[in-house]
Amino acid sequence: MYSEQVMDHFTSPRNVGEINSADGEGTVGNAKCGDIMRMYIKVDNGVITDVKFKTFGCGAAIATSSMATEMVKGKTVEEALQLTNQAVADALGGLPPVKMHCSLLAEEAIKAAIEDYMSKHPSA
Amino acid sequence: MSMYFDNAGTTAIKPEVMEAVLPYLAGYYGNASSIHAVGRDARKAVENARAQVAAAIHAKPEEIYFTAGGTESDNWAVKGTAFAHCEKGKHIITSAIEHHAVLHSCQWLQKQGFDITYLPVDAHGLVSLADVEAAIRPDTILISIMMANNEIGAIQPVAEIGALAKAHKVLFHTDAVQAVGAVPIDVGALGVDMLSLSGHKIYGVKGVGALYIRQGVRIDSLLHGGAQERGRRAGTENLPAIVGLGAAIELITQDIESHVLRLIKKRDRLIGGILTAIPHTRLNGHPTRRLPGNVNVSVDYIEGEALLLRLDLAGFQASSGSACTSGSLDPSHVLLAIGLSHEAAHGSLRLSVGDFNTEQDVDELLAVLPGIVQSLRDMSPMYQNRS
Ligand SMILES: Cc1ncc(COP(=O)(O)O)c(C=O)c1O
Ligand code: FES
Repeated sequence: MYSEQVMDHFTSPRNVGEINSADGEGTVGNAKCGDIMRMYIKVDNGVITDVKFKTFGCGAAIATSSMATEMVKGKTVEEALQLTNQAVADALGGLPPVKMHCSLLAEEAIKAAIEDYMSKHPSA
Repeated sequence: MSMYFDNAGTTAIKPEVMEAVLPYLAGYYGNASSIHAVGRDARKAVENARAQVAAAIHAKPEEIYFTAGGTESDNWAVKGTAFAHCEKGKHIITSAIEHHAVLHSCQWLQKQGFDITYLPVDAHGLVSLADVEAAIRPDTILISIMMANNEIGAIQPVAEIGALAKAHKVLFHTDAVQAVGAVPIDVGALGVDMLSLSGHKIYGVKGVGALYIRQGVRIDSLLHGGAQERGRRAGTENLPAIVGLGAAIELITQDIESHVLRLIKKRDRLIGGILTAIPHTRLNGHPTRRLPGNVNVSVDYIEGEALLLRLDLAGFQASSGSACTSGSLDPSHVLLAIGLSHEAAHGSLRLSVGDFNTEQDVDELLAVLPGIVQSLRDMSPMYQNRS
């Protein structure tokens, strides 16, 4: 049911963990199935230098969290804000239709972390 | 040896069953309705299987009707009774934890103007006899309560419900799909009027089952056509599958006590192993009124689908009541009915032990499970925040 890329990111997720003194942190949840995703970002000169996640959710939720962190690492905050769940799903070779909402969680978690960063650094 | 711990989902065909079935795929192809010699061979095989099924549940052969599985048997019992008795009344009593084959049949009947009472269950998954009795009304035509639940393994007080139904002159159907081979069944002693069973849960063939209908009980047919199954269920008999059902049910019930004891030993080893090795786990279902092969635990702070995928990668097959595995994104109705929170249902794991699992298989599963759980917990924001 899952693509090879999904299974790869599920079995060896990249960037799992926490960042102790993160510049931005965001937690989002899915009201429908009850899953939770938390992202931490480290920002240096407007560039995301480190990103970590923790996810309570299905295989697709874990894989999309992992892929999303890979996709925004090294990007500017503005570039990272352009990330869409479709792009995350595409990068994973597609997701089953019932699992598309899990990729939305990844997009929202990244955005929540960035918004947290921006609210703490209004001048940036 | 088998790492397959999803025997409540379906089972592997036993060699003895396969041996019984093969001649009916390879050689005997008759239509049991034909009067010639080829047809008569088929008829003999079907009637032999009918006698095997009847003997296994202490019924008469003429009370056994072959169907295309547990789902059809349930649909037939519920809708067939509803249609045949709607002049007496339109009220049906069932439970909140029935299989969807019964629940969705009831929901469909609701749309046709029937009134359904869905009895709650207690925290262990049992219906209360007082609730059953209180729900019976003058217009009640059917009580349908399953013998054993497929998710949590809870075994209902079927004989007591049967006595209530009889006292109030209400028909009683039980879904025994999970109970066959796990609980001794005597339809007379249980006081059931109809009983559903299925082939593929007892090491038989998929797509075949039976409905026991007590002699004299009137229900409408769902399938109209030829005069098969004493004119009550049309369609040329699925000869190989029926032969397989007969062989499978005979095999699983002939030595039921020791069969059950062997399963319980493996089941309890698994339950004990999980609860001691993995913190924040709880057993779902009843501690003793429980199917001999059923293990259902809630593993806090993790999600079931991720757990199933990791177990599968390690070579073990299991099942979960998590919302993420359901397709509908709703957690299991059974786990919610026993009062589990969405989170606890999320982390539910069902391991159903079968005849092919050895104690060594159980130990191998117990050797990998704690590590898999821990690695998912390490990834979980809920574990991080636990109080
Ligand atoms: C309790 C119960 N009833 C009915 C069914 C449906 O049986 P079948 O798969 O033969 O249609 C199942 C199997 O999933 C079951 O566990
Ligand atoms: S997180 Fe629940 S379905 Fe993906």
